[in-house]
Amino acid sequence: MEIVFLALILVLAIFLGFELISKVPATLHTPLMSGANAISGITLVGALLAAGTGSGTQELATWLGAGAVVFATVNVVGGYLVTDRMLGLFKQRSKPTEKDGRP
Amino acid sequence: MLSQFYINAVYVIAAILFILGLKLLSKPKTARTGNLLSALGMLVAIVVTLLSKEIVDWTTIIVCLAIGSVIGVLASRLVALTAMPQMVAVFNGLGGGASMLVAWVALFGSSERFVAIAVTLSVVIGGITFAGSGIAWGKLSAVLASKPLLFLGQRFINATLFIALIVCAVLFVVEPAPTSSYLYAIIGIALLLGILTVLPIGGADMPVVISLLNSYSGLAACAAGLAINNVILIVSGALVGAAGIILTNIMCKAMNRSLANVLFSGFGAQKSAAKVEGQANPITPEDAYLILEAANSVAFVPGYGMAVAQAQHVVHELGTLLETRGTDVTYAIHPVAGRMPGHMNVLLAEANVSYDQLLEMDDINPKMNTIDVAVVIGANDVVNPAAREDESSPIYGMPIINVDAAKTVFVLKRSLASGFSGVDNPLFFNSNTRMLFGDAKQSISSLITEFKD
Repeated sequence: MEIVFLALILVLAIFLGFELISKVPATLHTPLMSGANAISGITLVGALLAAGTGSGTQELATWLGAGAVVFATVNVVGGYLVTDRMLGLFKQRSKPTEKDGRP
Repeated sequence: MLSQFYINAVYVIAAILFILGLKLLSKPKTARTGNLLSALGMLVAIVVTLLSKEIVDWTTIIVCLAIGSVIGVLASRLVALTAMPQMVAVFNGLGGGASMLVAWVALFGSSERFVAIAVTLSVVIGGITFAGSGIAWGKLSAVLASKPLLFLGQRFINATLFIALIVCAVLFVVEPAPTSSYLYAIIGIALLLGILTVLPIGGADMPVVISLLNSYSGLAACAAGLAINNVILIVSGALVGAAGIILTNIMCKAMNRSLANVLFSGFGAQKSAAKVEGQANPITPEDAYLILEAANSVAFVPGYGMAVAQAQHVVHELGTLLETRGTDVTYAIHPVAGRMPGHMNVLLAEANVSYDQLLEMDDINPKMNTIDVAVVIGANDVVNPAAREDESSPIYGMPIINVDAAKTVFVLKRSLASGFSGVDNPLFFNSNTRMLFGDAKQSISSLITEFKD
């Protein structure tokens, strides 16, 4: 039953992803990609659990978990910040151009 | 400390924030808010995980979070926008690598068959993403040659590796263990496959590769979620995986090629036999200025050459000069121009070009015949009429920006050399085409000087 439930969530999420993305204008393809990439850094949640629980008994597990936390944190922090930086550059002419794009 | 029920409830909130965030990301006006919502979802998910009673060791976590955050902040602030494609590649790779490690650790807690299968999937996809992104980074930052790298027996080696991978995977799943030598073999083969599948792909096909690796990084997280039985990983990973596939598909369609063709054909490695003969008409900046000055409408068509020459700022300056004289200025952008999806849009946004001046191929083509001057800056294959007319051409069928329909076409280029595809461009020899030879940035700068004098 558990596996069926997980599979159902998986399928629904995939369909939702298709629906959400299919209408994005080409102008936003790069920020969309880097924003989506930052979301894939959600693996950090798994990494935290891996690094925080296996210690003491399994040294290798802790090391692997620690590596995963570093990788995923770079992915999450860098991904969101760089997406925000890019989106700050997209401006419309009618609005007065503020210099808020550069962090 | 929170029980699993409350943690899962908060994960649902995080998932909703991700979905809303992605939805808002699809409109320029709301995109920034969307990204913030998505980041908030991530923060919520991380905080609630840290409150989980499963976590007992804090020092490792805090140190690693700190290291990762510092690297992430520095990377996102310091990297130039022109280096964005390789930056995205690196982030993709790190996400994939992290998922691979997370799945590996899952084996220390469980040796169920289902877990072993999910771990195998995650390790394979994550490993390919990690190594493939490394190669993509190398090609994009010119550490490696960006040309397709083909060698004898490449397909045979890939096929052998693939079979070996399946054999190892089966043997591993039969008897899963975190230090199984089959697991080591799987990791090694996945990394090797990542390297070998990206090496033969040329620079101009990078938009496809990057969006595909983006998709893989999501799928790896999703598989890791299955391995550790974590719903938020499954949902978010699947969302990103699906998004990446859609984007990959858009890129492939924009080149009229199948994904298999992009990945395996080593496109652009050989020079095409289709030769174009004719006389190109060079033009001086002075004469180009006279034509531009008289034009009522000008469309700039940028390509990777604009990024290489860092010409986006001077292009915008010239565009603004023309506009102050009452000329209608637009920027026509092909979906695969540049090295990643939306590459040109980001560069022009950096140069302060308003996004409502950026037109997609399907919007500009119907009115191309009303444009007085189309200025092609460092683009080649995406404006090659052979794609429309010459059935024997390797790029035949690829949708292009029909600049040849404009009254006059300026092509800013160093020489008459063919583009990435190796196909000669008959556009250069058209009677309404004028070649403005030289570095794109310098050519435009001299046009600006003409306007200012």
